[in-house]
Amino acid sequence: MTMPFYVPPEQLIKDRAEFARKGIQRGRPIAVVEYDGGILLIGENPNRSLHKTGEIYDRVAFAGVGRYNEFEMLRVAGIRYADVKGYAYARGDVTAKGLANAYSQTLGQIFTHEVKPYEVEVVVAELGDDDNHLFHVRYDGTLRDKQDFAILGGDEDRLTEEIGSSHRSDMGLEDAIALTTRSIQDATENEIPPGDWEAGVLDRSLGRRKFRRLSIDEIAPPT
Amino acid sequence: MTNALPLSPLDGGIVPAASFASLLDRHDLAPTWDVPHGSLEVPEATTILAMRWADGVVMAGDRRATAGNVIAHRRVKKVYPADDRSAVAISGTAGMALELTKLFQTELEHYEKIEDMRLSLDGKANFLARLVRGNLPLAFQGLVVVPLFCGYDEQEEAGKLYSYDVVGGRYDEQDYATTGSGGSEARAFLKSAWTPGLAEPAAIRVAVEALVAASEEDAATGGPDPKRGIYPNIVTVTADGYREVPDEEIAPIAIDVMEGRP
Repeated sequence: MTMPFYVPPEQLIKDRAEFARKGIQRGRPIAVVEYDGGILLIGENPNRSLHKTGEIYDRVAFAGVGRYNEFEMLRVAGIRYADVKGYAYARGDVTAKGLANAYSQTLGQIFTHEVKPYEVEVVVAELGDDDNHLFHVRYDGTLRDKQDFAILGGDEDRLTEEIGSSHRSDMGLEDAIALTTRSIQDATENEIPPGDWEAGVLDRSLGRRKFRRLSIDEIAPPT
Repeated sequence: MTNALPLSPLDGGIVPAASFASLLDRHDLAPTWDVPHGSLEVPEATTILAMRWADGVVMAGDRRATAGNVIAHRRVKKVYPADDRSAVAISGTAGMALELTKLFQTELEHYEKIEDMRLSLDGKANFLARLVRGNLPLAFQGLVVVPLFCGYDEQEEAGKLYSYDVVGGRYDEQDYATTGSGGSEARAFLKSAWTPGLAEPAAIRVAVEALVAASEEDAATGGPDPKRGIYPNIVTVTADGYREVPDEEIAPIAIDVMEGRP
């Protein structure tokens, strides 16, 4: 009988975190920023039909980076969670906080118990009447409540600095798009063609369902 | 409700994503009624109708619910949005019909969010048939739910109507459809009043007239009641989406129609 090698837990966690982080950093970043009329979710995505952002519930939206199959699984699970909760209780009882906690529990569980951790990071955004909520969940289940904006994937520190230096929550949608697209291109040192952006907004002016996708013309107006 | 998310995308093989209804079954949240034999007087919703007009469909329902010979509710809403491109109206046992509507609405939105596109109009009509069929055992005990469904078919660019029977049979209707206790009276009226290619105001007026005609012959159907400010529910669905016609628009038409009745 062969004895399994002893691996100290510190080493195990470190290895797993490094593995997950590498996978996420390779991907293209997404920025989730507040503007005067709502919340903008934007990132580079040359895929026209495989989305990284999406609607979860009336006021709640999702953005994910990393492995597509993994964050897609989380997105679908989130829609199921929200729809069941809204059906069983009331629509207003579905909140980003509840969902972010569920994601955090799930990712934390997978990080320590599964053979391979998920190489994903997600943001759950909720449009409020007065204040918005942005929750950032990491591959290991770390949950953070962000103010004003949240960055997913890529060189997070650099992008946080780029966007943080000139972001204001009362800026208009056009300004928010200009700021994020410029910052992402600067931080990734990469020129992104206008057709390769994907963006959605939680728009306060819409009816019950606040999420809508932006067309390419809205993201990069033809000049 | 547990806090961890069930991540079981394949559900034991490559099959279409689990529907919202099956998700509820798994959580023991599916609406069920276990009814012993016997009879029970519960509120019932009555006359509903739908018809095609030039740009789409219009759907209307009276506001009365009755339990036996008692008027149980005067302001029941029987016409609902199913999603942004379709509407559903209910007749029969009110409580169950309302739950069925909520389940239907949630299912359509659930599908749309997961697949990032709406179900086809035929797909929606077939799913509703399944919900009605699931109710069959209770129909034998007098708890009947019969909906009408209509919507704008984005592929065929036309309004379409569907009617149902208690066993979940789905029927495509051409021009107009009615159901409920005053349904035959409303249908008789529509037979003479409906013409192809009606404009929106004309279609709304014909719908009000048909409901008034039904309320005059059927005690379970409520007519417009200007004193209490109760008017029929009327909605339209066109390429631009679902629109609830506001009471202010219906009131003058209803008053005019009632005054013109012989």
